[in-house]
Amino acid sequence: MKLIVCVKQVPDTSGVVAVKEDGTMDRAAMDTITNHDDLAAVEAALQIKDATGCKVVVISMGPPPAEGMLRELLARGADEAVLVSAREFGGSDTYATSQILAAAIKKVGVEDDDVILCGRQAIDGDTAQVGPQIAEKLHVPQISYAADIKVEGKSVTVKRLLEDGYMTLKVQTPCLITCVKELNNPRYMSVGGIMECYQKPLEVYNYETLKDDPLIDVDTIGLKGSPTNVYKSFSPPVKGAGMMMEGADKATVEQLVSILNDKHII
Amino acid sequence: MAFDSKDTAAFKGVWVFCEQREGQIMSTSYQLLSEGRKLANDLGVELCGVVLGSGVKEEYIKALGGYGADRVYNCDHPLLKDYTTDAYTKVICDLVEDKKPEIFLIGATNIGRDLGPRCAARLHTGLTADCTHLDVDVAKYKEFLKTTSTIDVDNTVFEENTNLKMTRPAFGGHLMATIICPRFRPQMSTVRPGVMQTQEFDQAHADKTVIEQVDVKLEAGDINVEIVEIVKAAKQMVDLIGADVVVSVGRGISKDPEKGIALAQELANALGGVLGSSRACVDAGWITADHQVGQTGKTVHPRIYVALGISGAIQHKAGMQDSECIIAVNKNADAPIFEVASYGIVGDLYKVTPMLTEAIKAAMAAK
Amino acid sequence: MDFHLSKEQLMIQKMYREFAENEVKPLAQEVDEEERFPEETVKKMAKLGMMGIYFPKEYGGAGADVLSYVMAVEEMSKVCGTTGVIISAHTSLCAAPIFENGTEEQKKYYLPKLCSGEWIGAFGLTEPGAGTDAQGQQTTAVLDEKGENWILNGSKIFITNAGYAHVFIVMAITGVRVDKKGRKSKEISAFIVERDDPGFSVGKHEKKMGIRGSSTCELIFEDCVIPKDRMLGKQGKGFALAMKTLDGGRIGIAAQALGLAEGAIQETIAYTKERVQFGRPIAKQQNTQFELADMHARTEAAKFLVYSAAMKKENHEPYSVDAAMAKLVAAETASDVTRRCVQLFGGYGYTREYPVERMMRDAKITEIYEGTSEVQRMVISGAIMK
Repeated sequence: MKLIVCVKQVPDTSGVVAVKEDGTMDRAAMDTITNHDDLAAVEAALQIKDATGCKVVVISMGPPPAEGMLRELLARGADEAVLVSAREFGGSDTYATSQILAAAIKKVGVEDDDVILCGRQAIDGDTAQVGPQIAEKLHVPQISYAADIKVEGKSVTVKRLLEDGYMTLKVQTPCLITCVKELNNPRYMSVGGIMECYQKPLEVYNYETLKDDPLIDVDTIGLKGSPTNVYKSFSPPVKGAGMMMEGADKATVEQLVSILNDKHII
Repeated sequence: MAFDSKDTAAFKGVWVFCEQREGQIMSTSYQLLSEGRKLANDLGVELCGVVLGSGVKEEYIKALGGYGADRVYNCDHPLLKDYTTDAYTKVICDLVEDKKPEIFLIGATNIGRDLGPRCAARLHTGLTADCTHLDVDVAKYKEFLKTTSTIDVDNTVFEENTNLKMTRPAFGGHLMATIICPRFRPQMSTVRPGVMQTQEFDQAHADKTVIEQVDVKLEAGDINVEIVEIVKAAKQMVDLIGADVVVSVGRGISKDPEKGIALAQELANALGGVLGSSRACVDAGWITADHQVGQTGKTVHPRIYVALGISGAIQHKAGMQDSECIIAVNKNADAPIFEVASYGIVGDLYKVTPMLTEAIKAAMAAK
Repeated sequence: MDFHLSKEQLMIQKMYREFAENEVKPLAQEVDEEERFPEETVKKMAKLGMMGIYFPKEYGGAGADVLSYVMAVEEMSKVCGTTGVIISAHTSLCAAPIFENGTEEQKKYYLPKLCSGEWIGAFGLTEPGAGTDAQGQQTTAVLDEKGENWILNGSKIFITNAGYAHVFIVMAITGVRVDKKGRKSKEISAFIVERDDPGFSVGKHEKKMGIRGSSTCELIFEDCVIPKDRMLGKQGKGFALAMKTLDGGRIGIAAQALGLAEGAIQETIAYTKERVQFGRPIAKQQNTQFELADMHARTEAAKFLVYSAAMKKENHEPYSVDAAMAKLVAAETASDVTRRCVQLFGGYGYTREYPVERMMRDAKITEIYEGTSEVQRMVISGAIMK
């Protein structure tokens, strides 16, 4: 059994967000992090590895610096890493991205008892589409929003979150599961793991590596192969500032409440 | 003729996936039908609802017409009773391939966001996730931009077309992006629940609605996932979306999260509101995710929104800035939350909140 | 000269920072208030390899280097001085002397348990009458009649980690030496004492000004019996072993001091940006800016001394004077910086609502333990004026 985990490096939008003059995101000026949901997927895989001794392969599509993130995942305990990186892959929407990742996963090899894990969604795009679309391209069943995963042989039982509760679902391997960050608390890298992570295998798949796969075609990857395009992008306007109250004591609070009262807000 | 998603001219009509759970139509479906109605009118085409289920009551299906559907495709099959990705994807894709709608809207619920991408991948078309605004008409789109963007609309060139313009927040709400899918059909979009307004129920329209029973071709062997059980959450889910008053806490409660939440809850009780939270508190595990307001949480527009110790990261503002009256309490005078606040107090939430609760209680009692 | 951290060191530093922020910082105030040894943190650190950072993997260590160890003490101390010294005393004062002086059997037996954090380590040199004057030792060790066991009698005080440690490196007098001129001196040897050894007990817990979560206790030996093979190093070489051990320990304490100064500066920068007086954040006052600039520059200078001493130890160069300089400068910087940070916080800084007063209390000990600043000056002057 082997676990293949798809991971994305994303700009840290929770911290300082840099926006360029033209209103687009200045990715270079921002810290990058491993997407939270994806870390939960890695942790889920490592817990299964702890229990069964199976192999964990992490795979990411992104620019060359994403290698740093993959090394960190190796330091957490993953066994092998694959970086899918090529100029031809740039500008891909979720459809095109899933084509490329599905081809890369096929190249890694999906055995009968393997499980593919993804994060539910990435914080930069928030689409939650790539996981299910990879599953479709690989013709394997999917379960999204996993909040608990149990593996027994080739049978996987998953607690899938709904807005108003949850479903317990059972599926046979090979399958794809997307994980939410509530699934677990990702472990830290260990000092020993860090000392080993640069010795572990990390392969780079470029366009040449994958071009023979039927999923990889100029019409299905990159900007040109993406069914969706950006029509316009814009910044939301800033709402005009309101009234700043003087002080922060009892008198201030009473003044505020009397304003709210006069305006029939309360 | 074989289905070809590139043959855009062959596609006509606007569809809405009308999600049901346990035989009940989800309210998101009404919101989407109401929105779909406007798009169908602009295009001069039919609006169709698509229901998948088993034994969904006819009156419920009929009622979809009251929210704008001209036609409802009722896909009734025992294997469609509860949602499974495999069965729903197959039935929907079969129907799309047969009828060829040009627009297909799905509520961005946990189920919609599982189903949408799988269908789009199978149909070879684009899908835009979690949209908050839709247009086909360029003039209407320009009007929308005038109030919601910093673009100088009158001096910007817009390509004239009737492609579906799907607007959604990107990068945690720092940017808005309008996405099109010009070369493939159907143009698919998942739409954020709670954003689109539901129209008044129109009985006359409902009476005219055509219900079409779909011949569902489905076998147990088509489904690879077994449903072991479905559990409804026992606890009351927080109804943030419908709340009149929301009192939210942010990172400012880090010193004593328990106390911060208790103080916020007391204020919420005094105002008759519910407790919300920023993402930071959810990430830190101080409060459950169903309280989260913002880009990755819920979008709210209550009458009163109180932000306690929330710095006002843009992803939070995205979920609350349309509130009627925003009251912000933050220690940092430079916190971005004050940019959207109607009233701001620079101070310690642990001190200000109880005073505010008392003052409000007193004001209420005096009435 | 290369002032760059390696890829691994950078990654290790990042991990420490995440760990400190999420696991150590939230407990720091409670650990101080309740004078509670953070056992749960030690277990978590052990899992991440932080209790045996620079020892080889064959002995259960993480296989990293001395600088990675120093950074662990630094990063933990930025948020909690107590947690910093737990690692430092365990690593420098117990695991290190066993690794450097132990027999293969001793190393194979003790190091895996220490590196995995299953056992915590401590070091006993100081006695009521023997502080800086370590020659004033009173604790004795004599071989029993059969020559099989050492019998220890006496007591040690101010022993870091004592209440939770399982292994203690203890100095005791094993005889009297007479030099050519007929002058007598005490012959000191080092021993490995285990917590369950008969006749050994841990005495009273000290109530301290700072690092209040650190377990500082008395060790009592009443006819304590330990097997003969527990002597660490050669008989009579205990004093040299202790001094060499303290040279290494001083780098750890210097790192603790460095972390405290850095942590206080971080807190103060954040606070002065928030605190508004006269209509603007006090960070906008030039006094605040110059104070922080000065503190930061001094702290960075201390950091270079600390890192340089660590690298010399790593590269097996003499580092005794470097360690003394690092500890002297870092400790005095920590005391100075934390005091100035409290001042910038004003009244709030004096309250326990904010961490800087704790950091100020924690910083003081770094000028005292493992050799006072005066001892460091003796070491340094002795080397440059010989």
